[in-house]
Amino acid sequence: MALLEVRGVSKRFGGVRAVHEVSFRVERGSIKALIGPNGAGKTTLFNVVSGFAAPDGGEVLLDGEPIQGRPPHRVAALGLSRTFQHIKLFAHMTALENVMVGRHLKTRAGFLAGMLHLPFTWREEVSVRARARELLQFLDIGDLAGAEATSLSYGQQRAVELARALASEPRMLLLDEPAAGLNMRETADLARLIARIRDSGVTVLLVEHDMSLVMDISDEVAVLSYGEKIADADPAAVQRDPHVVRVYLGEDAC
Amino acid sequence: MRSRYLQVAVFLAAAAAVQLAAVQGGRAFWLTQLTMSAYYTLVVAGLSLFMGYAGQISLGHAGFFAVGGYASAALTTWDLAARRGEPLVSALSRAGVLVGRPDLYGGQVLVVHPWPAAICAVALAMALAFLVGIPVLKLRGHYLAMATLGVGTILYSIALGTSQLGSADGISGVPPFPLLPGLAVSGDRSLRISNYYVAVLLLALGVLLLLNLVHSRVGRALRAIHGAEDAAGAMGVDTARYKLQTFILSAVLASAAGVLLTHFNGGIGPSEASIMKSVKYVAVVAVGGMGSLWGTVGTSLVLNFLSLRGYFGTFDDAVFGAVLVAVMLFAPDGVLGLDLRRALAAVRRQAPPEKA
Repeated sequence: MALLEVRGVSKRFGGVRAVHEVSFRVERGSIKALIGPNGAGKTTLFNVVSGFAAPDGGEVLLDGEPIQGRPPHRVAALGLSRTFQHIKLFAHMTALENVMVGRHLKTRAGFLAGMLHLPFTWREEVSVRARARELLQFLDIGDLAGAEATSLSYGQQRAVELARALASEPRMLLLDEPAAGLNMRETADLARLIARIRDSGVTVLLVEHDMSLVMDISDEVAVLSYGEKIADADPAAVQRDPHVVRVYLGEDAC
Repeated sequence: MRSRYLQVAVFLAAAAAVQLAAVQGGRAFWLTQLTMSAYYTLVVAGLSLFMGYAGQISLGHAGFFAVGGYASAALTTWDLAARRGEPLVSALSRAGVLVGRPDLYGGQVLVVHPWPAAICAVALAMALAFLVGIPVLKLRGHYLAMATLGVGTILYSIALGTSQLGSADGISGVPPFPLLPGLAVSGDRSLRISNYYVAVLLLALGVLLLLNLVHSRVGRALRAIHGAEDAAGAMGVDTARYKLQTFILSAVLASAAGVLLTHFNGGIGPSEASIMKSVKYVAVVAVGGMGSLWGTVGTSLVLNFLSLRGYFGTFDDAVFGAVLVAVMLFAPDGVLGLDLRRALAAVRRQAPPEKA
């Protein structure tokens, strides 16, 4: 069974049909890419899946459970984690602290326990800190733990955001244009990294413009155009699809 | 962790030094204003968590202070002697919730004991914060400021317009608040020094609890909400609930301060609920630095003390208003939190090169 299944999802903004009856599946342990020209509705679909927008119609199933319309923190609690197209790191917090927030769901100290500094919270803090350091090291930015996150370079900020998303140990990871703003070498590193994340058992759905990245690592590619799905197959088949070529390269290319 | 206890210890030592200096220097009467200042600072400390850490704004915290103060004052002065025969009144009386005490004219009145009154007062403020917070905290930025301003205005109007609450005169004749045998929160001159320590210790306890919270999982989540609310939600932080809980916590601190200061002053008036009071609290948090608890506490103690001693004269409100404007213009992160080196470097860059 697919880990994530999107069934006939539609979303309108006023008169604009951002996403229209889109369905696709993401198989467990695979990498699926969502591509399409600007304005095709990719980010809107991401927001619907991760709880940031409620769909006007259709269903989103995570491991068979409907999650559409649930607030983001509830979707996150079911094991879905995401990054953002425009990096959203926590300002005035270090890289390490940013990743520590990612452990929120794996810990439970509340207001009272926090105020009273109860012993179980000490142990939690120690393990949260240790796990966050491991993740920063996994992403090769272990030496930046103490730096203010928003002061880092673009590529480093992307890495912190990814570490933060992984900190919650998600089953399903959504990456919104992870290669945006990265140079070729950084993109190649990212491709290897995403493959490693998939190999560790995490299912990945990514929106991406960088075709080399998409075609290299994806198991399946779905193509959106004007809010509708026009293709959904393995990378090689999608590249040959005349409809996709027309959308990407223009009518004359056929 | 250790440093937190050390900071509190240093604060208490400084407070003791101030007390000794005031008494030695023949200024023991200052301790009265310092005690009041400490209670106002408890309000500010809670607001600092809500504003500085969770990144929200409230222009209604004087209202919560007043809810605590008024509820406590009303219950401890509401004479039920005439209803002694009613079953509920006699049951409460037997349970010790109601106590008799002599009134100013030598008669005997039957009123609610200060402890149950205080518990009711704080519970009322909590309930109000909960009811107001659910719809209001869906708003952000200046919409939230406007909504809390509205709540503050309503509470002020209720205090001013309700004859049972003394209208413009407020409530007086509020009895002392018993803590231990021989120790009560009261404005009695013989208890001036012990009351100063009670207020300082409560403030230190409040600050310690808040410091613990700030350095916990919840504190991290609150700072995350401040830093990027969407991303905090995506990490599983229930942002609406955390904002509401922080709002309620700050309302509890404000109302508890209201209860105790009302017993200390022996009464409360509608000016405690006024919008200008709320603006003062916000101004002090802004000066102390958004996200700097000690900076806020220090600023609050000094500014409130100067204000209560009347140093600002008739310009009192104007001083706090001007301070708020100046902070927002020149140091939105707070004056005490300003990175001096960075500020100096910026000045140096702007200065024209010196001639050789």
